[in-house]
Amino acid sequence: MKKKFKVDKHFLIPKHSKLSEAQKEKLLEKYHISAKELPRMLKTDAAIAALNVKPGDVIKIIRTSETAGEALFYRVIVDV
Amino acid sequence: MSLSHWEYIRNCNWKINIEKMAEKKDKAEETVKAEEKTEEVEVAAEEKIAEETTETAEEKPAQELKLPDVESKEEETTETKAEEKTESSSEDAEEKTAKKNEIIEQETHVYKQVKSIVFSVLSPKIIKGMASAKVVTPELYDKEGYPVDGGLMDIMLGVIDPGLRCKTCGSKLKECIGHFGYIELARPIIHVKFVNIVLMTLKSTCRDCGRILIPKNKINNFKEVLDAVEKEKGIEGRRAKIKEIITSLKTINKCPHCKARQKKITLDKPTTFIEEDKRLSPIEIRTRLEKVPDEDTALFGLAAPYVRPEWMVLTLLPIPPVTMRPSITLESGERSEDDLTHKLGDIVRINQRLFENINAGAPEIIVEDLWDLLQYHVSTYFDNAIAQLPPARHRSGQPLKTLTERIKSKEGRIRHNLAGKRTNFCARTVISPDPMLELNEVGVPDVIAMKLSVPEKVNTWNMEYLKKFIEKGPKKYPGANYIIRPDGKKKKITDETKEASLEELQPGYTVERHLMDGDLAIFNRQPSLHRMSMMCHRIKVLPGKTLRLNPAVCHPYNADFDGDEMNLHIPQTEEARAEAEILMEVQTQLISVRYGLSIIGCVQDAISGNYLLTKNMTLSRNSAIDLLASVGLDNFSKLPKKEMVDGKEIFSVLIPEDFNFTGKTREDEEVTIKSGKLVEGYMDRANLGEGSGLLLRNIHKKYGKHFTIDMLGKIFRLGIEVLLRTGFTCAVSDTDLPENASLKVQETLDNAKKEVDNLIRMHKDNKLESFPGKTLEESLELRILEVLNNARNETGEIVANFADKNTHTMIMAKSGARGNLLNLAQMAACVGQQAMRGKRIEKGFEGRTLSAFKKHDLSSEARGFISEKFKTGLSPTDFFFGAMTGRDSLMDTALRTPKSGYLYRRLANAMQDLKVESDGSVRDASNKIIQFEYGEDGIDVSKSERGFINVKRIIKSVG
Repeated sequence: MKKKFKVDKHFLIPKHSKLSEAQKEKLLEKYHISAKELPRMLKTDAAIAALNVKPGDVIKIIRTSETAGEALFYRVIVDV
Repeated sequence: MSLSHWEYIRNCNWKINIEKMAEKKDKAEETVKAEEKTEEVEVAAEEKIAEETTETAEEKPAQELKLPDVESKEEETTETKAEEKTESSSEDAEEKTAKKNEIIEQETHVYKQVKSIVFSVLSPKIIKGMASAKVVTPELYDKEGYPVDGGLMDIMLGVIDPGLRCKTCGSKLKECIGHFGYIELARPIIHVKFVNIVLMTLKSTCRDCGRILIPKNKINNFKEVLDAVEKEKGIEGRRAKIKEIITSLKTINKCPHCKARQKKITLDKPTTFIEEDKRLSPIEIRTRLEKVPDEDTALFGLAAPYVRPEWMVLTLLPIPPVTMRPSITLESGERSEDDLTHKLGDIVRINQRLFENINAGAPEIIVEDLWDLLQYHVSTYFDNAIAQLPPARHRSGQPLKTLTERIKSKEGRIRHNLAGKRTNFCARTVISPDPMLELNEVGVPDVIAMKLSVPEKVNTWNMEYLKKFIEKGPKKYPGANYIIRPDGKKKKITDETKEASLEELQPGYTVERHLMDGDLAIFNRQPSLHRMSMMCHRIKVLPGKTLRLNPAVCHPYNADFDGDEMNLHIPQTEEARAEAEILMEVQTQLISVRYGLSIIGCVQDAISGNYLLTKNMTLSRNSAIDLLASVGLDNFSKLPKKEMVDGKEIFSVLIPEDFNFTGKTREDEEVTIKSGKLVEGYMDRANLGEGSGLLLRNIHKKYGKHFTIDMLGKIFRLGIEVLLRTGFTCAVSDTDLPENASLKVQETLDNAKKEVDNLIRMHKDNKLESFPGKTLEESLELRILEVLNNARNETGEIVANFADKNTHTMIMAKSGARGNLLNLAQMAACVGQQAMRGKRIEKGFEGRTLSAFKKHDLSSEARGFISEKFKTGLSPTDFFFGAMTGRDSLMDTALRTPKSGYLYRRLANAMQDLKVESDGSVRDASNKIIQFEYGEDGIDVSKSERGFINVKRIIKSVG
């Protein structure tokens, strides 16, 4: 069988990981926000296909940054 | 419409509501729930009820159909009314009122939030309700020149003459904002701006029963479809869908409700409706529209109780207040009326004629002619630029400016008066440079300084000081133009009133005195792309007619002196001055927020001057002191006590004693400043120029903005003074090369030409191989291009090696003041290949570039390689090639500037309300996070060095 290409394993795709409930709370606490103030991300996004997420989950993205080397981003999962 | 008119509407509806309530007293025991409804909705709902009460009996069935919906609205209106009108007759309402009042008394502030806005069409009821006078006669004034009662200038409609009082509100001129009136039209008139909606409604409703031409059981389907579309695509989508539905109804010719046959209706523009060759009179149209039930109008996109289709056929015409159409009195004492008044006069006159004719029982033809005339006048009153109608004109033949023309287009109210506001206390002229000004100064011509003014409040301590200005008057500098009494009355100072003004002056008055040195002004050059485009300068009044600025501040404004104009604004209040000084003054803008380096630095002569001074110059101590004194220095203790002083030592006098610095020159040589002494290296653009080098940045960090701006000004002047003393110029001989160098250049170019010819020959013999992915021809092009480029670079190197290093042209290039080695090489050795779209020139004639060459000539000179130099001049063909690329690049910049400007504008607008929160995150206006850490590294660029924090330097400076 032909080997299937996995987007999330590609080197250009930054690392995506799911935050635990506790980590999520901590993040929201840190910025004094509710989840709706976070940037959003579609549940169907190819980069998180392997993560088994549901709306409301927060995804942590580690990106390479021109200015800082590595930068953290968070996105909340939304349905459509 | 002003607030008071809404009040009238409310008032009139209250009256009606009281009657209505008496009728529905028994209904009033429903529960309370409509507290937070918005005012607009209330008003609209009231209107609706008002309409209902007066509707004729034949409308009753339709009314009953929509009863459940209306009842809830009635509750609201009853309720709100009770809240506001305490003398309500209903007992239940009184109870509620008591409760409400308690709540209101507890809270001193009443907050109201607008939840929704309803747009609607004025109903005859509202028109009558908001009017305070009925206009019945076209006469304006009586014999004494007093406004006629019932005329268009009736003082019930507001006052425009001083001394008169408004009959409606009792206020004087300027206090009274004016009041609407109305005309009762003898026959209904179609509103031109609504013909399309009227046509649409007529076409898609039954001519007999008034129902929409959709079967009963399907009406709800359509409504659901509309709601679904709106949810998905918004209100625009809903409108599109409505249009779709309406067009689909055109073909139906039998009413699904009453089975009546439908006739075809066409519109004979602008306002005539024709039903199968028979003309429909506005009366007929109105009765048909009246028949359309409320729930069907929703399918046309009309919000049922607030907008009724029949209101688009006018029976009453509102007369705008006189204050929005004031007459002007000419010098001859004659009155000249506003265009609107003229038009309204026409309407009233024809309307009265029509009334008389109808009452006298005139023949139908005469009545109809008058009716058409009235229709014409009302149409042009709304819009005088309707394609099919001849525009109404003045006697002079110039078209009248009626309602639509007042609002529309560039000269209309919106774009001209609202979006295009103008300011007072500003000036604009051509700018020119003056390096002797401080960086934060602006030279203002004396003529401007005597027109613009600064208000100064009189008190016991400055009274004598301010009196001196008044004594001078407006024509001598420094004088004053106006005094302002404590009650706000402005008095012009003239030679005649001078004495009286002096007598009158006492604490509490304000004197508007001329601009003086040191006053604050905001200086601006468009396009104002960043905050440095508007900076606060101190005024220096100078002779001449241009605004003067130090050439060092050209960069932040992006200004040059090829005819640029700039604007000057004088802040008029203490608050504005404080803000300008603290937030906008030039020194506060020294460090760019974009890249964290100084955006203001030395330019042109200032760079080459300092380069010459610090590179290798020795002066006698006397001339050194003379030089430094001319810069504005008075303490020379730092200058070594010896006969001859070094240029570096002179420059060091400007540097503070405890300053240490290491940097690089443009040519990568070390620059060292130790304990305030320039010990190694020299100054050039890399250290003094704008946006480069860390010298200025470090001084700013250590000694602050005021010191930096002062020092920068001195360095700038030092450079210029040096050149002033040594002399600095350019000559053709600057581009001379030694003979052996010239020969070398010639040899290089000859070799290149030979090589190109050789390549072409090989190509013809098919001996060349192609590059991967390229055709043979393309490969040849690439090879030729490479050869020619190399040749040009070689000549450039020859020039760099053999040209005299001490010519002034070379000094400018080396210091970075202006020009570069390439420019010099083009003058001294070879201009080089002219390229268009990254290729050698190939277009022009068939198979050749110019008619001077043979077809398919690929040689270097036939394809735009200019082997001549500028000094000897170009051959005609070379000149053409130069002109080609020159024009191409000119066109390119001319076309690219507006494009990139618009792109930048959109970017700036998209990001304008993003801000950095205290936790370092970037958020938008609704507090949503855009970036978790500003710039991903959290560095405030304006406090960094080129976006980085140099930890090493900080440790060094601390330890």
